[in-house]
Amino acid sequence: MQYAIGIKYPVSTIQHPGILNLVSSIKHHVSSIQHPTPILTFRPEILFLLKSHVQLKTLLDNKQLDITLQRLAHQLVENHLQFKDTVIIGIQPRGIWLSDRIAAIVSRITKAKDIPYGKLDITFYRDDVHQAGQEMNVPSSTNIDFSIENKDVILVDDVLHTGRTIRSAMDALIDFGRPKSVELLVLIDRRFSRELPIQPDYVGQTVDTIITQKVKVHWKEKDGKDEVVLID
Amino acid sequence: MSLSVKHLLGIKELQPGDIQTIFRTADNFKQVLQRQIKKVPALRDTTIANIFFENSTRTRISFELAEKRLSADVVNFSASGSSVSKGETLIDTVHNILAMKVDMIVMRHSASGAPWFLSNHTDASIINAGDGINEHPTQALLDAFSIRERLGELKGKRIAIIGDIMHSRVALSNIYCLGKLGAEVMVAGPPTLIPKHIEKMGVKVEYDVKKALKWCEVANVLRIQLERQHKPLFSTLREYSLYYGINKQMLDDLQKEILIMHPGPINRGVELNSDVADSKQSIILNQVENGVAIRMAVIYLLSGKRELE
Repeated sequence: MQYAIGIKYPVSTIQHPGILNLVSSIKHHVSSIQHPTPILTFRPEILFLLKSHVQLKTLLDNKQLDITLQRLAHQLVENHLQFKDTVIIGIQPRGIWLSDRIAAIVSRITKAKDIPYGKLDITFYRDDVHQAGQEMNVPSSTNIDFSIENKDVILVDDVLHTGRTIRSAMDALIDFGRPKSVELLVLIDRRFSRELPIQPDYVGQTVDTIITQKVKVHWKEKDGKDEVVLID
Repeated sequence: MSLSVKHLLGIKELQPGDIQTIFRTADNFKQVLQRQIKKVPALRDTTIANIFFENSTRTRISFELAEKRLSADVVNFSASGSSVSKGETLIDTVHNILAMKVDMIVMRHSASGAPWFLSNHTDASIINAGDGINEHPTQALLDAFSIRERLGELKGKRIAIIGDIMHSRVALSNIYCLGKLGAEVMVAGPPTLIPKHIEKMGVKVEYDVKKALKWCEVANVLRIQLERQHKPLFSTLREYSLYYGINKQMLDDLQKEILIMHPGPINRGVELNSDVADSKQSIILNQVENGVAIRMAVIYLLSGKRELE
C-alpha cells in the first residue's frame, strides 16, 4: 500500500515549518499502521527537503528478524527434509551474513552436522564491469569446496532489487557444475524494482519501494545489531 | 577500488596500496584457475594486443592465457615477420593496431623506456612486459606474490637478488616492489655486474654469494644476460659459475631452509645447479603458475581505466 502527498506550491514555500510539521505528522501516523507494512513516498521536491535529516524506517527489528529467519529456515527444511542433496550458497559480500544464520538454523533443526555451505563471489560475472564511472571492484573470496553437480542449490542474498546480482550469480554458479535445480532465498524482496525476470522462492519480507530509497540490512556480527531499515 | 595508475609501466609509479589491491585480486584469480572451468566472463568486451619486439616464452604465454581466461579477445604480434622489418616506426605500428579497435596493449621492447614513450602518444592502457634493462613490473609482482604465498606479508622479510643486477629489469622492478612492501633487499654478484651507487636505492650490496645466502630468507637468482653485455664483464661462464653459481652443498651448509626463485629462463650449471633448481626449496614453477593470476589481476584492474564511448 502506498501513501503519497502532493502539495501544489513552489518548493520555496514548502520550507515553511508548518508544512514540515504536517509531513512529519503524516509520517508518524503512517508508521503506526502495523499491517500491511506501509511505505511512505513523497514527491521529489519534498524528498529533497527531507534529505537533510535522513529518514529511517525500521522494516524488521531484532525480534522480527529472528522470527523471519526461523520461518525461512523451516520453509527450507520443509522442502528439502534432511538436506541430503541440497547445498546452501551465500552471495558475497552481503548475502553471506544471512546465509551464515540460515545454515546454522537449518543444521540445528535437521540435527545434520555438515550441511554443504559455500560462499560465492560474483564480481567477475557482473554485467556492469565496464560501465562508465564504475570503479573496478576487488572481489571477496569464493569458497565452495564441494561439487554442486546434480545438487539442489539454494542461493541466498539479503536484498533482491533489480535481479542483476542473481543473474550474475547463476552464471558464476554454472561454472562450478550443473546443479539439478536452483532456488532463491532473500530476506527482503523489493518487488517493484526488478529489471530482469527473476523471482525469489523464499522471501523474508516483501516491500514496495521507489528507486531512490535504500534498504539496509544490519547484522549483529558486523554492524552491532540485527535490523532491517528503509532509508529515504 | 581501482589502481592509482592508468598504465602499468613500472613498479616505480605504483603506490604500496596498488600492489596490495593487485595481490588481493590475484588471490581470487588463483582460485578461479584451480576450478574445472578456469575462466570468467569479466572482459568479454575488451580486445588486447600483445606486441613483442623481443623474444619471450613464459611472459608471452602467461599474458595470453591470462587474457583468454578473462574472456578478452587477443591478437598477437611479434616484430619478426612484421612491417617493423620494413621500417615502420613504433608509434605507427601501434596506431595501426589501435585503429582496429584494440583497448589495451601489452608490450615488450628492447629499448628502455619504450612503454613510457608510447603512453604519451596513445589513449589505450599499456602494460609493460619488459623494456630493455629498465623494468619488468609483472615479474616483480608475481615474485613478491609467490613469496607472500609461502612466507606471509613481506614486511621485514630478507630477500637477496643474486647475479647480473646491471642488465636485469627483473632486479630493478623487484627492488622497487620489495621496497614498497617493506622488505629488506640485498643485491649480490660480481662487482662488474652491480651498478655503482645502487645502495642509494636502499639495498645492501654483497660480493660474496655465501654471505648473501646466509643473510637471506629468499634468494632470487638471475640469469647472466650475455645478449646485453657488449664488453667482457667477467672472464668465462665457468669462472662465474665457480664463484657465483649456487649448488645444493651451499644450501645444505646454511642450517636453515631458504626459498630459491628464478625468473627464467635458467642456464642450468651457470647461476643455478640442477640439484638446486629441482629441489623442494625451489619455487620456480610456482612463480610461473602465479604469473597467470597476477597478470589477470593487472589486466582486470586496468581495464576499468579506459575511455568509454
